[in-house]
Amino acid sequence: MIVRGIAVAGLALAVSTGAAQAQSVPAVIFDMGGKFDKSFNEAAYNGAERFKREFNVEYREFEISNEAQREQAQVNMVRRGANLVVAIGFAQAAAVTKNAAENPNVRFCIIDSVVNAPNVRSYTFKEHEGSYLVGMAAAMASKTGKVGFVGGMDIPLIRNFAFGYEQGAKAVNPQIEVFQNMTGTTPAAWRDPTRGGELARSQFDRGADVVYAAAGATGLGVLQAAADLNRLAIGVDSNQNHLHPGKVLTSMLKRVDTAVYTCMKDAHENKWTAGALRLGVAEDGVGWALDQNNRPLISADMERRITEARQKIISGEITVRPYQQ
Amino acid sequence: MATLDGFGRPADVPWWVGLVLLPLLNLLAAFVIAGGVIWVLGVDPVAALKVLVWGAFGDTDLIGFTLYYTTNFIFAGLAVAIAFHCGLFNIGGEGQAYIAGLGVGLVGLAMGGWPWPVVMAVAVISAALFGGIWALVPAWLQAYRGSHIVITTIMFNFIAASIMNYVMVDVLIAPGQQAPESRAFDPSTHLPSLQDLLALFGIRSRTSFLNVSFLLAVACCVAFWVFVWHTRWGYGIRTVGQNERAAVYAGIRPGHMIMLAMVISGALAGLVAVNVLLGAQHRIILNYTGGVGFVGIAVALMGRNHPLGIFLSALLFGALYQGGSELNFEFPKLSTEMVVVIQGLIILFAGALENLFRPQVEALFRRRLRAAA
Repeated sequence: MIVRGIAVAGLALAVSTGAAQAQSVPAVIFDMGGKFDKSFNEAAYNGAERFKREFNVEYREFEISNEAQREQAQVNMVRRGANLVVAIGFAQAAAVTKNAAENPNVRFCIIDSVVNAPNVRSYTFKEHEGSYLVGMAAAMASKTGKVGFVGGMDIPLIRNFAFGYEQGAKAVNPQIEVFQNMTGTTPAAWRDPTRGGELARSQFDRGADVVYAAAGATGLGVLQAAADLNRLAIGVDSNQNHLHPGKVLTSMLKRVDTAVYTCMKDAHENKWTAGALRLGVAEDGVGWALDQNNRPLISADMERRITEARQKIISGEITVRPYQQ
Repeated sequence: MATLDGFGRPADVPWWVGLVLLPLLNLLAAFVIAGGVIWVLGVDPVAALKVLVWGAFGDTDLIGFTLYYTTNFIFAGLAVAIAFHCGLFNIGGEGQAYIAGLGVGLVGLAMGGWPWPVVMAVAVISAALFGGIWALVPAWLQAYRGSHIVITTIMFNFIAASIMNYVMVDVLIAPGQQAPESRAFDPSTHLPSLQDLLALFGIRSRTSFLNVSFLLAVACCVAFWVFVWHTRWGYGIRTVGQNERAAVYAGIRPGHMIMLAMVISGALAGLVAVNVLLGAQHRIILNYTGGVGFVGIAVALMGRNHPLGIFLSALLFGALYQGGSELNFEFPKLSTEMVVVIQGLIILFAGALENLFRPQVEALFRRRLRAAA
């Protein structure tokens, strides 16, 4: 009894106002790379913040910093009364599978992986479609006929980015050369900007003048290298155009923010359903970024051709092949 | 009790000064500094301390997690301590535990369907073999080639990490999956959690990782005590650790003792894998050790290389580890890095700076004793 009392006191001490009266208690668990990676995790953060702003509901959050934490982090959230756990990143799939089975009353959302369970909603994206669009932009902006790609961890998910990118570039210029490098084979590859920068430099040295980074926080090194060498980079996941205005050609938007926001909103409004959602260009799940920072880099002709291609992907006139299947 | 018996020999101070008072003083100093850092960050240190204590001992679940981490630290601390007794500084506990994960993992993957006691027995042997052999190479190099054990064991940590990367990414990764993790072990191989045992005593607990490995760790503490102080081999190891030349005169072969101590050290470190993989994660994951081997050094230092001390300091570090992670949940301002800083401060004061207050405190007691005499 006393123990329980202390536990409740501890919780009361920590829970700020707002969360208590709402029936939905959301929690977000960011993956390695960190909440402020300016890319994948930050997109998720922005989605959660938007939900918090619009519905005035606090959410709990946690950043994974080593591989063994994932499962306990979810358990901790559930113990703290969370009834919606949003797990960011495919690496949490195993932990979600286990915890969803053990906590049938808790709803889970997972980004970038599919977990089949009656209380899990999975979001995956057609990264190849968005990458196709920025691949076209890269090929049109390139003067050397060579473009580059720096991936994070070497997994099918990231190869899917490269595959779509190459298809887009070749659609504009069939002779174009596409250099590809992956940063590593472990999750450490998501947070190694130094190595990302080196890989980008080597591609620039080989003649590339546009390099696309799909590597989480590692991509920041790629963008920096492009800015230092006065070449162009393409950002990923979040809109990264503002990081080096005039040096970031565009960003491949992967609307992790929308996915996180929708998941939290649906749970809050009691419209939440389980299932697997796959978002592409047609669903506005992926796209490309055009704002005042990269406006001078995108000519009217480029914009027209990319917008046309986007329409054609939606209408089915262009099919972008995914890396798998 | 002798107070001042001859030239140059300092008077004795009561035994509890070194074993109880100094560790507590160090801990206090660490908490004061950590509290200062927390205060600078704009969080109330008292509230943070409350969450830390609640997070470690607040309910049976949390105590379960604390004891789960304690189990890891006991194994790692004993591993470092046995090497210390032989005068060796084994920094390679991390790598030995990591490689042992492969041994445990293969058992877990292969023995689906077997009852857990059999699986556990085989996994313990396998973990001890993998960890022991991983420590054997640096031990042999130290004993017969004079390569310094600190250098070789730390290098072996990197080799272990690279091997595990290769194995996880290219060989054991579960098909159709992106994360470098093996497939899950068969449920029959999962070690029973201690919740089931506690339930017999009417203590309800929902979910923690605590499993029967904790009992194994306690048993290892007892076995450690018997081995080091009540067997011939233990005597040999301690003699080599205190004076290698004297050991030779006593008919002890230092090379043998160095190898023996390191193999036992590696085997003990390897048992971490049983607790984590077979007891909690139920699959092989990358970097599952997460620095346990290094914390083991601080645990052994603070525990004065005695199993009872190691048990207590492992409990302290387990509580810090568990309570510290709860801090992060309650105060988003205290980032993960901040929790690492706090834990680092405590390791620094409790482990590395163990002599910080010793001269002053001991001088104080000697003065009082002299005055009394």
